[in-house]
Amino acid sequence: MLEQAERSGPAGDLTSPAGTGRRRGKASALRVRLRRDWQLLLMVFPAIGLLLLFHYVPLLGNVIAFQEYSPYVGIGDSPWVGLANFQWLLMDESFWQATLNTLFITAFQLIFYFPVPIALAILLDSVASRRLRMLIQNIVYMPHFFSWVLVVTLFQQMFGGAGLLAQTLRANGYQGVDIMTNPDTFVMLVTAESVWKDAGWGMIIFLAALAAIDQNLYEASAVDGASRWRRLWHITLPGLRPVIILLLILRLGDALNVGFEQFFLQRDAVGRDAAEVLDTFVYWRTMLTGEWSYGAAAGLVKGLVGLILILVANKLAHRFGEQGIYKRS
Amino acid sequence: MNVWEEKPSRLGRLAKGAILTAIAVCVLFPLYMVVLTSLSTQDAVARAGGLVTVPGELSLGAYQELFSGGVVSRAAMVSVGITVVGTLISVTVTALAAYGLSRPGSVMHRPLLFLVLLTFLFSPGIIPKYLLVSSIGLIDSYWALILPGAVAAFNLVVMRAFFMSIPQEVMDSARIDGASEFTVLRRIVLPMSKGVTAVIAMLYAVGYWNNFFDAVLYLNDNAKWPLQMVLRQYVLQGQSMFVGQGGDTTIAGRALPPDLAIKMSIVVVALLPVLVVYPFVQKHFTKGVIIGAIKG
Repeated sequence: MLEQAERSGPAGDLTSPAGTGRRRGKASALRVRLRRDWQLLLMVFPAIGLLLLFHYVPLLGNVIAFQEYSPYVGIGDSPWVGLANFQWLLMDESFWQATLNTLFITAFQLIFYFPVPIALAILLDSVASRRLRMLIQNIVYMPHFFSWVLVVTLFQQMFGGAGLLAQTLRANGYQGVDIMTNPDTFVMLVTAESVWKDAGWGMIIFLAALAAIDQNLYEASAVDGASRWRRLWHITLPGLRPVIILLLILRLGDALNVGFEQFFLQRDAVGRDAAEVLDTFVYWRTMLTGEWSYGAAAGLVKGLVGLILILVANKLAHRFGEQGIYKRS
Repeated sequence: MNVWEEKPSRLGRLAKGAILTAIAVCVLFPLYMVVLTSLSTQDAVARAGGLVTVPGELSLGAYQELFSGGVVSRAAMVSVGITVVGTLISVTVTALAAYGLSRPGSVMHRPLLFLVLLTFLFSPGIIPKYLLVSSIGLIDSYWALILPGAVAAFNLVVMRAFFMSIPQEVMDSARIDGASEFTVLRRIVLPMSKGVTAVIAMLYAVGYWNNFFDAVLYLNDNAKWPLQMVLRQYVLQGQSMFVGQGGDTTIAGRALPPDLAIKMSIVVVALLPVLVVYPFVQKHFTKGVIIGAIKG
């Protein structure tokens, strides 16, 4: 996606009427271009304004991580404390617990979530009937548009203490179960929720990649006697490789983001030991204790590590001869 | 089916059919169960011992109760309002910026685009964002649920890529006739981009409708809660809608719909707009509007 920034070349197509004006020096050239482009600038202004205010200003607001910030005196007058907040953070056991939980969930989902959309796409792509394919696609895309509150609620109704599963078990003389509050199976629960909600939607990009594979390759190899499975192994999977690697990189860069709302909603039912992830840690620590600077420091560490992970992952992709997310390394 | 392909075995086709059916059932069954329970009478719920999976006596009682005023009606209004206003603002701002950035070589094109793309790489974090929103006085204001997320860089990039794929000649001819850039966008570019605009509008609308965490952060006043907050409070956390009534099943001699049916009807209300809008936009997903744009 980012490669567009690189591709947009120097002022090339001066196609609008004013673009034909003769250039006298740099300043007047700029004036000519401004006269041509001022409307475009005006159009970009609201979006840039919103991004500056709600993205870049808070980005600068992270300086409170180096302060003993108090909302009553403001950023200007709060005392500077250097790296003290970060030192505390590194000694904080609950911070490490949250980090560990986050990484564990990411790793678990990499194995049990990540391949699902790929398998689903390959399966669906092999369905001959176009109408059946569209029908299934439309059904499995849908949960992507449900809120997390809704998804967790639906799971609760299916698998919670008063849910359908427990209800059916009890009606047949067994003991009820409550999967929604069991910390031992929590990682499986959240992965199942993610698969239910997003695996269908995640398939979209693999379907596009499958459609782009040259069909002649299949025909040629079939004529040469390659079986279905060999064609899958030698043509389909290599055809998907660039997309798989791209998504792996994005996932790696996102390793510390396992999603906020999903965990926020279930943290109390399951308990902090299993369900506290970095995002919820930052939120609860700050909201409960009012230690703004401490929360900001934790958020900043998470953001920085995430940034490093993206850059490293991209570097790795280049090393493997893949395109990565952006071209220039 | 191509001539060179071997005929799929009967077993293979059966297995494939079974898997696909299982997947569809996994997605659809919980929805079916929720809708059915919301429409069930007290008797039907009692007979099923809770959630209803086999249709019995049906009634709209839960929905009448829900919309006879009170928490859910108000929350639904709030959510509708935020979704409508927010989507209008987001689509307008995004389309303007996408068009404004669609001509490489225009003044400031590269730095501005860079500013947009950079937001992908680094998120400012919850705490500084909260402090900003509170310092500009938006706590307990509905604007706090709209403005911070009004522009999604991803949507902007998708739309921009689509605009760039429109042949320049079409726009140039309008410009030569003296049309301003705004006119070109409104009269030529947008009508040619209905599909992508519909998809972007739906993505924004769903985002606003589903928004839950911003309400947790920025709305202290629970009279202002949107629907997702109410859903969490009364269904997920199981708080009773009729506090103080205890286990009574009547209010002033009137038979109440079953508590479970009311809860499930809140779920349905939270679900419905998505289900209603989805069929209209869904064809654009399968046509690959988004993928085409990402690749571009």
